[in-house]
Amino acid sequence: MSTALIFYLFAGLTVASGVMVVSARNPVHSVLWLILCFFNTAGLFLLLGAEFLAMVLVIVYVGAVAVLFLFVVMMLDVNLAELRAGFLHYLPLGGLVGAVLLGELVAVAFAWSPGKMASSLTRAPMPDLAQVSNTQALGRLLYTDYVYLFQAAGLILLVAMIGAILLTHRRREGVRRQRIADQVARDASSVELRKVPSGRGV
Amino acid sequence: MFEIGLAHYLIVAAILFTLGVVGIFLNRKNVIIIMMSIELILLAVNLNLVAFSSALHDLVGQVLAMFVLTVAAAEAAIGLAIIVVFFRSRGTIAVEDISQLKG
Amino acid sequence: MIVIATVFLPLLGAAIAGLFGRVIGARGAQIVTCGLLVASAVLAAQVFQRVAIDGVPETVLLANWIQSGTLSLDWALKVDTLTAVMLVVVTWVSAAVHLYSIGYMAHDRSIPRFQSYLSLFTFAMLMLVTADNLVQMFFGWEGVGLASYLLIGFWYEKPSASAAAIKAFIVNRIGDFGFLLGIFGLFLLFGTLSLEAIFAAAPAKVGVTVSLFGARIEVITLCCLLLFVGAMGKSAQLGLHTWLPDAMEGPTPVSALIHAATMVTAGVFLVARMSPLFELSDAALATVAVVGAATALFAATVGCVQNDIKRIIAYSTCSQLGYMFFALGVSAYQAAIFHLMTHAFFKALLFLAAGSVIHAMSDEQDIRRMGGIWKHVKVTWALMWIGSLALAGLPFFAGYYSKDVILEAAWSAGTPVGQIAFWVGLIAAVLTAFYSWRLLLLVFHGRPRADEQVMAHVHESPAVMIVPLLFLGAGAMFAGVIGYDWFVGAQSHEFWGRALLVLDVHPALDLIHHVPGWVALAPTVAAAIGIAVAYLFYVFVPGLPAALAGRLPGLHRFLLNKWYFDELYDLMVVRPAFRLGRGLWKGGDVALIDGLGPDGVAATSVRVGRGVAAAETGSLPLYAFVMLVGVAAFVTFYLLFVR
Repeated sequence: MSTALIFYLFAGLTVASGVMVVSARNPVHSVLWLILCFFNTAGLFLLLGAEFLAMVLVIVYVGAVAVLFLFVVMMLDVNLAELRAGFLHYLPLGGLVGAVLLGELVAVAFAWSPGKMASSLTRAPMPDLAQVSNTQALGRLLYTDYVYLFQAAGLILLVAMIGAILLTHRRREGVRRQRIADQVARDASSVELRKVPSGRGV
Repeated sequence: MFEIGLAHYLIVAAILFTLGVVGIFLNRKNVIIIMMSIELILLAVNLNLVAFSSALHDLVGQVLAMFVLTVAAAEAAIGLAIIVVFFRSRGTIAVEDISQLKG
Repeated sequence: MIVIATVFLPLLGAAIAGLFGRVIGARGAQIVTCGLLVASAVLAAQVFQRVAIDGVPETVLLANWIQSGTLSLDWALKVDTLTAVMLVVVTWVSAAVHLYSIGYMAHDRSIPRFQSYLSLFTFAMLMLVTADNLVQMFFGWEGVGLASYLLIGFWYEKPSASAAAIKAFIVNRIGDFGFLLGIFGLFLLFGTLSLEAIFAAAPAKVGVTVSLFGARIEVITLCCLLLFVGAMGKSAQLGLHTWLPDAMEGPTPVSALIHAATMVTAGVFLVARMSPLFELSDAALATVAVVGAATALFAATVGCVQNDIKRIIAYSTCSQLGYMFFALGVSAYQAAIFHLMTHAFFKALLFLAAGSVIHAMSDEQDIRRMGGIWKHVKVTWALMWIGSLALAGLPFFAGYYSKDVILEAAWSAGTPVGQIAFWVGLIAAVLTAFYSWRLLLLVFHGRPRADEQVMAHVHESPAVMIVPLLFLGAGAMFAGVIGYDWFVGAQSHEFWGRALLVLDVHPALDLIHHVPGWVALAPTVAAAIGIAVAYLFYVFVPGLPAALAGRLPGLHRFLLNKWYFDELYDLMVVRPAFRLGRGLWKGGDVALIDGLGPDGVAATSVRVGRGVAAAETGSLPLYAFVMLVGVAAFVTFYLLFVR
């Protein structure tokens, strides 16, 4: 009973904040609603027993990605005046198509039942939660069977980082930079020691 | 109604998914809203994966959800970088003004 | 072997001068072509001796040409008396013209090309006269037409010369079309195109008729008429004559060789060669005679008022060809060929002498601006007198013999057509003498009408131009006397042998010795009248021509404009053809074919492309929306129809 209550709480807030994300007038508000959505989804994850994933959602998604969104939104000087022109124009048609899609997804959701062989096809059976915590079970799985994918994911992140820097990097005129090669190529002759009596110039 | 089963989670995920998709083309003002709608879609997918993982007692779903998360983060970073650069050269991020593809 | 050499030496000369002209230079080309052609002339004389005088005709088979179904054709050289006569005429006159051209064209830029074309023409003409079958004759026919085009338009940078060349070629083409239809008809009738075979099988087809446009016509008559259309084109008879005066745009040696002595006589040769066929069709013979007579009169009237020296002589040629044709029409083939031979000599002489005059008068061709030069160009003057006397048919000169025989034969034919031809020919004889003396008097006699600078330059032509003239002059004087017996006299039957066929129902030539006395004298009297009138007009009462032209301006203009034939053809044929061509071009080719084809396809591609490009709005939300619709549709389809 309480599970149901908590579920409906989390689920309702998720859906509500999702609606607000797309329809908020101020983009900063949109980002904040997105953060709320993430939090509630983390709660849903907890209900499902995926605690590690829930924490990762909060730390990574909210802490990094959503903040990044906030940065960009505030950095770009967006004129709030030109707003929802055309929003209502496309609402009927888009809403209709969206409703159709939703209806189909819901129909599938209700009609689903596990296949006959499903139980024998389990790739990584969930161990007993009393003995092995979710985090430990994931770790056991991730670093052994899926280590290649794990490394690949790391590579993806590396590439994304390089890409983001490369895209937004710009050279400014008049900025003094280090020229490493010149610095390293300096030898003893570039510095000269002089004894200068006090009170006199060089 | 009160017995929370797999279907409930799937329906929530479906609603989130639809919201994200509709949000992509309903908004006219801001490209960043499109990025956020994409994040919503990915979130819905993640919810789907974890729900099934829990129902089938299979950890693979959660592993996959982790990777989806990773990739989503990477993609968000690159996408925002592109938007920043675009804004620098065009001076606007209103969706109607992004029509370079016009043939 | 000699025959082969006679025919092919000019081709060798043409090839050498044409292909290696730049290597051997102008002098080399002249030497090679003249040398080879003189050799050919000598050999032709030998052939004449053997075939005609000794009476040994032969056929030399060269190679097999076409072997296709029932059509079998060989390259063969048929040499009988008719051929031998033509060989001599063609090669001798051609040799004289080659030599003359060395002097006349001495300052031209493309001498090897000219010499090569002359030799090429000679070869084609020789192929024509030695043809054993109709297709080979057609090859020669087309060859001379081609050479004529090349030579008329020799100075191709002159637009009038190019236009004249094209006119000659096209009018010839119309005649050739008739010729081809005749060949097709003969092939349908006889299944073969070999002359011997056709002649042998012809009598069997007399009386066979065919239905043409609702009327019944004898097939032999039909084929003969079609062949005659070809002859009309080549020999510039009335109707297809318009090209001959314009052909004077070519250099004078060309006019002498092609448009006096050889090519224009190809038509006469054709009818004579096909005599076994023509004899079987009285209707065709009558047509030939009428056309010939009409041409003789028409050309003579026009020649009386022309002012260009070469054009006068050209119309004279046209008129004399008319004579030859009406001689053929009354079955006096021998007389026609006799006149062909004598005419070749004196007409070529007249043309070349005219060329000498033009050369002397610094390229002036209008006789109104000449006069009083006989003292300065005595040899040319004398030779021109000889040529004119021969043309007018005064006794002892060559033309007297041949022309008289023609008129006597016309009288003796006994048919109404023959009578008409006789009287028309007589009137034309008066006019012939008139315009010939008009030319002589205006060019050589009287007070000089050219300016002083031109008169100071008047000089006799060099020896290389005079010697051929002397040779032709000798022919103009003596060819008639020498040839009379062989051609139309007592020895004519042995001389001709089987070369020409005359049926007993056409006794015209045999009866010429029985004509009344006044008929025999009439041509001479006519010539005398013509000469007297010319003296009256141009020596005794010089104001008379102008006064007469003033009293009859319409007639004068009518004659001056050649009876308005060119204007008529322009209106009836040329302009409609242009309009049709333009219509087909603009409407058919450009609008229809190009419009539906390349242009249409291209324009459609552009339009479709632009239409498709309209879908590329560049609007991201629209793209996303379309993607969503696609996904929803796919899912719907899957749910409804697959599961």
